[in-house]
Amino acid sequence: MSVTLLIEQLLNGVQLGTMLFLMASGLTLVFGVMGLINLAHGSFYMVGAYATAAVTASTGSFLIGLGAGMAAAAMVGALVELLVIRRLYHRPHLDQVLATFALILIFSEGTRWIFGSSPMRLSPPSWLTGFVTLPGDTRYPIYRLMLIGVGIVISIALYVLISKTRLGMRIRAGESDREMIGALGVNISKLYTVVFALGAGLAGLAGALVGALQSVQVGMGEPVLILAFVVIVIGGIGSIKGALLGALLVGVVDTLGRVYLPIFFRAFMPPSEATGVGAALAAMLIYILMAVILAFKPKGLFSAND
Amino acid sequence: MTNNTSLSNSASRGTTVDAAPAPKADRHFDRKGLVQMTLLGLLLLLPVVAYFSGQIYYVNLASRITIIAMAAVGLNLAIGYGGMVSFGHAAYFGLGGYVAGISAYHAFDLTPFMTWPFSVPGSDNLLVIWLAAMLLCGLLALAIGAISLRTTGVYFIMITLAFAQMIYYFANSWPTYGGEDGLPIYIRNTLPVVDSSDALTYFLICFTGLILAMAITSRLMKSRFGAALTMARLNDVRLATAGISPYPIRLVAFVISAAITGLAGALYADLNGFVSPTMLSWHFSGELMVIVILGGVGRLYGPLAGAVLFVMMETFLGGVTQYWQLFLGLVLLGVVLFAKHGVMGWLAGRERNE
Repeated sequence: MSVTLLIEQLLNGVQLGTMLFLMASGLTLVFGVMGLINLAHGSFYMVGAYATAAVTASTGSFLIGLGAGMAAAAMVGALVELLVIRRLYHRPHLDQVLATFALILIFSEGTRWIFGSSPMRLSPPSWLTGFVTLPGDTRYPIYRLMLIGVGIVISIALYVLISKTRLGMRIRAGESDREMIGALGVNISKLYTVVFALGAGLAGLAGALVGALQSVQVGMGEPVLILAFVVIVIGGIGSIKGALLGALLVGVVDTLGRVYLPIFFRAFMPPSEATGVGAALAAMLIYILMAVILAFKPKGLFSAND
Repeated sequence: MTNNTSLSNSASRGTTVDAAPAPKADRHFDRKGLVQMTLLGLLLLLPVVAYFSGQIYYVNLASRITIIAMAAVGLNLAIGYGGMVSFGHAAYFGLGGYVAGISAYHAFDLTPFMTWPFSVPGSDNLLVIWLAAMLLCGLLALAIGAISLRTTGVYFIMITLAFAQMIYYFANSWPTYGGEDGLPIYIRNTLPVVDSSDALTYFLICFTGLILAMAITSRLMKSRFGAALTMARLNDVRLATAGISPYPIRLVAFVISAAITGLAGALYADLNGFVSPTMLSWHFSGELMVIVILGGVGRLYGPLAGAVLFVMMETFLGGVTQYWQLFLGLVLLGVVLFAKHGVMGWLAGRERNE
């Protein structure tokens, strides 16, 4: 029983971690290349989920919906970059925070206006429902395993994109010296739009995939956004490798903490109290982890700008 | 205009010292002073009128504006004067609120707040609550600031946000004081002589608090400490070269800023008779920043102007459409992209150091 629980929760942690990575990789790329802090990243997560839910409902195909969701998020991302974000690159961080906070308000209320306040239904297709039996008699949902698989595929694809392709070369060059690659004749503003749309698309994909697991509603992107911030602060802002490691660390620590801390406190406390203390402490665990890591490495585990 | 230039020219040549006062600066001050006095005067006058014509709702609305303005005065000290973009001031606002709530809860139940290592009873005395709120918020800010101020820029923004979220989730999942349902304050906490349950009296208490907070900020920024803080914002290497380490200066400013916001939180909980994790949410941190920016960052009266504008929009636009935040977003986007100096910059002219 307890080994089964451990395996199951570890898998849950990795699954949360991979979805966080989809969010965090976009955030960290945008910061690394353009030096921009983007609070509206959670809105792309929401846009992806809503577009997927709407298209899936009308076409009946989850895969088409998923593609549409990712495309919609990327397109909205590109549009936002062209209209607003572009004006913010040379502004102080305070302006960036406020303008993107304004974008959150606009996106959240706009979505509420169009789709209403009640959550939208989105469920995984029938061929992805059900369980698989893993070694040790652990029964685990196929859909969650699929999420882990998607996370691994995207990680590899991002690695190849960034280290092997021409676009990746430009992104890396942009991270180390923005002015220089402009001087070398690279169309910087196009590069920025592409990078921003790529990040938005990944966030949209994460929103759609998680939306089928939980629910599609206004404000769904905000808790994930803040977790993604913790991830990139731990990993080092601007580093994809750091984002991957940070995401897995946060996912696993958060999931295991929520399960095992109440059990741990039950060993020497009355059960009702132990549940409260355990839950409260578990909710704080990743922030404590972040504080400890920052106390030793103020720039995160892998800082790109060192 | 030509007169002014010739005067300042002769002054800069150093011919006559007693002709030095620049008339342009004086006129500038007059307009600014006029706007500021109008703002304060209206804030004080309107609730009095409303009270005596029986409109208690508007008295409480004015109290709300005053308290939010006070919280923003605290944040303005960190962001505007100290250059520390804290995205987590809701933590102090909420903690202040919870101090009022928890203290009243124990005073009502006649149970001690803690028994070990020494016994701490609850209290419904506002003076005790305010002191405790400022003290605890200061301590929390000391801990958070000590870690966060080791970093700068985006890291600082995200870390202050993350710590505030930590407090938020803690309050959300800690069942003793209501968890996510919040904690009611059944009877407003009391003061020795005056009747705090009267709406106008409570407004005057809040108003006094706001004036004190602004006076303290103003005095602080005119002192040596304020000069050091300004220099820490503009050029910390230069400050260090002058033999003053920027870190403790920033930390002290951060702690004072949190204590002011915490006191506002305690006042807010007593105004509403209710405290919940919403007061701790990152949305409130964001709104507080919005208020500071809308009003004009780093200006003494900026937070007040911003709070008036924000609460008015919330109340009147919110009465017209439930999607008022969409319009708030558009206004904010416009202000950030096109009008960098806020309402006070627009009404009262730019500050000299801008």
